Amino acid sequence: MYGNDFVDPNDPGAGPLNAADGGAVEAAAAHVDRRSEIDLSDFDAIIAADQRVEPRDVMPEEYRQTLIRQIAQHAHSEIIGMQPEGNWITRAPSLRRKAILIAKVQDEAGHGLYLYSAAETLGIDRAELLDRLHNGKQKYSSIFNYPTLTWADIGAIGWLVDGAAIMNQVPLCRCSYGPYARAMIRTCKEESFHQRQGFELLWDLVRGTEAQKAMAQDAVNRWWWPALAMFGPRDTGEHATGGHTAQSMAWGIKRFSNDDLRQRFVDMTVPQAERIGITIPDPKLSWNAERNHYDFGEIDWDEFWRVLKGDGACNAQRMARRVASHEQGAWVRDAAAAYAAKQAARQQAAAGEGSAA
Amino acid sequence: MSDTTLPLFEVFVRAKRGLSHVHVGSIHAPDATMAVRNARDLYTRRQEGVSIWVVAASDIVASSPDEKDSFFDPAGDKIYRHPTFYTVPEGLEYL
Repeated sequence: MYGNDFVDPNDPGAGPLNAADGGAVEAAAAHVDRRSEIDLSDFDAIIAADQRVEPRDVMPEEYRQTLIRQIAQHAHSEIIGMQPEGNWITRAPSLRRKAILIAKVQDEAGHGLYLYSAAETLGIDRAELLDRLHNGKQKYSSIFNYPTLTWADIGAIGWLVDGAAIMNQVPLCRCSYGPYARAMIRTCKEESFHQRQGFELLWDLVRGTEAQKAMAQDAVNRWWWPALAMFGPRDTGEHATGGHTAQSMAWGIKRFSNDDLRQRFVDMTVPQAERIGITIPDPKLSWNAERNHYDFGEIDWDEFWRVLKGDGACNAQRMARRVASHEQGAWVRDAAAAYAAKQAARQQAAAGEGSAA
Repeated sequence: MSDTTLPLFEVFVRAKRGLSHVHVGSIHAPDATMAVRNARDLYTRRQEGVSIWVVAASDIVASSPDEKDSFFDPAGDKIYRHPTFYTVPEGLEYL
């Protein structure tokens, strides 16, 4: 699962990220200048023809850096995303639900690894990516800084958070960068199970006792707005100038605006909520026959930026757990590497004896 | 603790018997045996394969995209290698 790609423009640690961030004009000029230095005719032709860029193709440095940042953030989100749900594995209410949840959390790890694998094709080392996560230079989706307070949260995450992730990830399957697109295809094939198991879980609860139904509603109340925020800041109409949507679209990395994807998500999800008797916690939500879309209320953007900057309920906890897991796993990696080195040495020695004889 | 990255292996999966192995991604592992085991867990959780190859990424030799024009040029002017190059009388079948 995954939130859309965005950075806090006021975070100095994030730095200028691509031609559309901050000094858009200067960066755009630099981009044009560079064309005389490197031959980009191939790259532009590939993008213009909606073809895939592959790892060893010549590509603009900004394109490479944008992809490294986006794919890494995406990978980090998958890995951190294991925590809020892993929190409930030992307390799943049945063996069936426990098996499902374990499989789902394992999938999130898998998605993270597909993505790290894709990022590495851009020439960055795995250890470096993890360092950047651990020292806060790269972010993960803010959605995972919210706590999973009840069992129903597992349902709400699957239905809403994974639902939003699918909405984001499906267009990424057509991303101009081949390895990223392929990782997304693999991921999307697995996400459908994630969303359906969550919806089914909630459906079970709403058909249960009053307390269970209330628990389901409470979970949706808490996850609805963070799920909408996963699509990132507004980027259409008067908001179109900020952020880096335009550049990412020109490069074929991003295919739809954050706002368009968010609207699609609302349109898709509201009927599902109605079907199982869940109320979407938005008094402004209503069908607009003129637009043929649902109108909905404004996201609390102050909260969005606050959580992104580290002031969410679980930011510190998630990172501490991530770093501890990495450090506590070091002996396993060391032992495996030592074993491999020993085996290789023995083989070499045996080969030496063989040739001497 | 050590933070050196374990060696990188490229992973190829045969989806079912009768098909060739196809590249699916990569994996880090201390050795080839572990790479195969980990690749199973990562790339075939839903019966996506019946066979896995792993190859140390450092052992792969590839043509360079920089020379793709000149490298593949020799095939460009040999259209007589395609059956559509040839003219045959109309109305014939199986030819």
